[in-house]
This record gives sequence, structure tokens and C-alpha cells, in this order.
Amino acid sequence: MLKFENVCFTVPDTGAEIIKDLSLEVKDGEILVVTGPNGGGKSTLARLAMGIITPTSGKILLEGQDISTLDITERARLGVGYAFQAPARFKGLTVRRLLTLAAGGEISDSDCCKYLSRVGLCAADYLDRALDATLSGGELKRIEVASLMVRQLKVAIYDEPEAGIDIWSFNMLVNAFSTLGKEKSGALMIISHQERVMQTADRIAVVAEGKLRDIGAKGDILPKLTDIFQRECIKKQPK
Amino acid sequence: MIDNKLLKGDMRVLDMIASMPEIPVGSAFNIRKNGDKAARSVTENIDIRTKEDGSGIDIIVKAGTKGEKAYIPVLLTESGLDETVANDFIIGDGAEVEIIAGCGICNSGSCGSSHSGVHTFKIGKGCRVKYVEKHYGEGDAGTVMNPTTVIMVGEDSVFDMESSQIRGISSTKRNTVAYLAAGARMNVSERLVTHGTQDAKSDMEVYLNGKDSSLQIVSRSVAQDSSSQMFHPKAIGNTACSAHIQCDAIIMDTASVGSIPEIQANSAEASIIHEAAIGRINNEQLLKLQTLGLTAEEAEAVIIEGFLS
Repeated sequence: MLKFENVCFTVPDTGAEIIKDLSLEVKDGEILVVTGPNGGGKSTLARLAMGIITPTSGKILLEGQDISTLDITERARLGVGYAFQAPARFKGLTVRRLLTLAAGGEISDSDCCKYLSRVGLCAADYLDRALDATLSGGELKRIEVASLMVRQLKVAIYDEPEAGIDIWSFNMLVNAFSTLGKEKSGALMIISHQERVMQTADRIAVVAEGKLRDIGAKGDILPKLTDIFQRECIKKQPK
Repeated sequence: MIDNKLLKGDMRVLDMIASMPEIPVGSAFNIRKNGDKAARSVTENIDIRTKEDGSGIDIIVKAGTKGEKAYIPVLLTESGLDETVANDFIIGDGAEVEIIAGCGICNSGSCGSSHSGVHTFKIGKGCRVKYVEKHYGEGDAGTVMNPTTVIMVGEDSVFDMESSQIRGISSTKRNTVAYLAAGARMNVSERLVTHGTQDAKSDMEVYLNGKDSSLQIVSRSVAQDSSSQMFHPKAIGNTACSAHIQCDAIIMDTASVGSIPEIQANSAEASIIHEAAIGRINNEQLLKLQTLGLTAEEAEAVIIEGFLS
């Protein structure tokens, strides 16, 4: 279980307030989809959870333990994982090596195949390829998602996993999240704008202008989303 | 012929520089140690002869030889040695051969040691030659290696060159010159790591003289501590040909890296590309590996290992 308690984040250099007194909980075994307008603070929330940035105030708790001041490595070892929205490219580092590092030890080809298949990739074609510029953005993104699925995590955070993925692979990805949801092996936080991803959620949280605008069961939030977005747009219009 | 000049410690270094943990059986080899021949073996297809003037050896590969290897490593284990060796490789038409030529300096004494090797390849037509060269040094007294490689690649032949400097070489000046005939192809893979106050310089000149000849150079290096590196690859296209040079370097600490791209086209049908990039380890790469539970130091090591692989 991951909990944000009255978390604020202000950019040190500019003083811009990105997250404003936000409290939110991702429960064990649930899929929480975090949605909201661009620039509303969703990815910042994910980066705060992973320890890439540190809250200006407030606390982040993992199963009751305050992890707010722990670094990325310490949080990763405690079971927090993060799939980047824009994954890094590596010259020379192969897909097999990345999945081995993600698994924390040797991983069989059949297991690699299992996870790569979930994101629509054939292991035989990819395991020995480098994570460099020869991969398309969509391929890299799917490998990034697979590298998180390989791990045994308490909290897995996916930052817009659908971005840059073609429609065929997207269908597989949605199925993969549904499977993960049924396995209930940990808490899943997915940042997404896609309705089909939201359909896999147990609950949906709406984050806008650094605040939690709404949170509730999928069936309650989904019908209200259009109204929420329209209200956010109206707020931003010049008066 | 094998004599008793090789010690157990020598085999450890031979394994590092020439992938030979033990004396190979059935392959040609010549092991040079501290300026003398320590061991030699020839095969029906690969002959090794000492030059009459004693300046080095000739390695002669018969035309049509298929799938054989020749090991030509050099060891310097005494302090204060300074040697120059000239080896010629004569490769007959249609031969397919791998030549492994490493150099290891283990200098535990108080004086510096240096090795300057001049390797000249005369490659016939339709050959496929792989040339692997690893350099490694240990000891505090200074190790200097200045390899010169001259290659004449015959018509429709392929020359693959893999050179790497693993660690421990105080100073190196590498000079490579190649001439490519019609339809010849040369692939160069260069890997270099410098640390401490080491200094490395690599000059390379490739003349694409024959129609449809082609060249690819991929150079990857890591400069650590306050070491310095300088790369100067040059491709000269004199006819319809293609060349692609790619130099990538990771710079760390207070190191310095220079890359001087030089390409020359003397024909409108020559297509020559040079790419060079120098930069520190990408922060996004470090972050990604840290999110997998690696420390910053472990992540850095993984990135460098992958980069040099």
C-alpha cells in the first residue's frame, strides 16, 4: 500500500507549485488509474513516489513506513517500481540484460518470452537487441513496460504506458493490465488518458493543477470525467 | 615448439589478451616473451617464420585455408624493456582465417616498459580475415604500447578488425593505415578504456581506392579520472565507395576526449559519413537502472559495460 499524505512539491529553481497538499492512497491488490489534464502533476506524483524528486512537505508511506527521504535505490529495493513515460536508450545494453537486471537475477528465455509477449513483442526477435536508436519509440516503450512486469513489486507505477504504442499492441497491453489486476499481486498505479486503460481500474483518481479533484470507483468517476475536464478547461480560459 | 619460458602467471595474461587459457592444440601460434620466442607451432596451412634480420616474424596463410586461427601474442614481464617488432601477415587468395594478436605488459619493476609492434597485412583476393588485438597492462612503473597496423585488403576481401585496450596502459599511440581494393570491405571495432593519468591517441587513415569498396569504423571509448584520449579517423574515398565512421565517447571525472573527424571524397560517387559524440553518462540511464535497485555506482558500471560490449 502506497500513501501520499499532504504532499506538496515546489520546483526549487522556479518556485512553481506542482503538487499542492495532495493526499492519496493506492491499496494492495487494486489498480488505481490516475488521470487528468496535461501538466496537472500526474507524472510528478509518480516521480515523487519513486524518489526521483523529494516532496517539499508531506509524507510518502509504503506499507506504513515513511519512505519520503529514501533514495531511488532504497525505494526500488523495498518494492517500488516505475515505468518511465519516455524511457532512456542505452548503447550496447541488450533487452536480455535489462530484463535480468529488472528480475534481480537470471531469468529464463521462456520467462522473458512471457513478459515480452504481454506487450506484443516476440522474445526471439528482441532479447539480443540493444536498447538503442535502432528500436522505435513504441518498441522501447513496450520493453519498458515489460521490465516492470518482470519485477515482484509492492507498488508498480506505469506512466502513460499507452503513449507511442500501436493499436494492436495496445489491446495486448490492456489485457496485460487486466491480468495483473486479477493476480492482485501488489498495488498498481497507472497514469493514463485512455478510457480502455481506465476500464481496467478498480478506482480512478483525477489530478489537476496539482490537486486531487476527485477519486472513487471506476463506475462513479468515468461518467463524470467529461464534466470534470470541461470545468478544468473553463478555469484555464482567460477571463 | 614449446619451451619452459611460460609461467602460470603468463597464461593468465595470455587468456586476457588472446583468449588462450592454455596452449592451443591444432592451431598456429607464436608467443613472444621479453623479446624472445617462448613458444611456436605451425600447421599445414599456416606457417610462421622468423625474419632473417630478426626484426619479427612472417605469418603465411595458404590460399584456400578455411576456418583456422593463428595466435600471435606478446608478453613483457621484465621491467625496463623497450622493443620494436615487425610482423608481416601474408594471406593467400580465398583464405578464411582469424588472427589473435594481443599484448600484455606486467611491469612490477621500477623502470617503464614499452612495446611497438608493426603489423603489415597483405591480403589476397576473396579472403575473409578477422584480426583481434587486445592490449593490457599492469604495474606502476609505466607501460607504453604503440601499435602500427598497415593493411592492404585485396579485391572482394573482408577484413574485420577488433581492437581493444582493456586497462593499465600508461600511454598508447595507435596508428592504422589501410588500402582497400575493388569490392573490399573493412570493419573496424575499437574499444578503449583509460583511467588515472593515462594518455591514448588513435590515428587511422583508410584509402578506399577500389570501386565499391566500403568501410565501417565504430569506436567506443570511456575516459575516466584525469586520462586523455584523442581520435583522428580519416577516410579517403577515391572512387565509387562508401564509408561510415562513428566515434562515441563517455567522459567522466576530469578526463578529456578529443575527436577530429576528417573525410575526403575525391570522387562524386564516394559516400562518406562521420559521426562523433562525446558526453557524460546520461542521467536518465542512471535513473532507470536505479529504479531497478542498482546503486549509482552499479548503474554506472552496467552502462559502461554495455557501451563497450
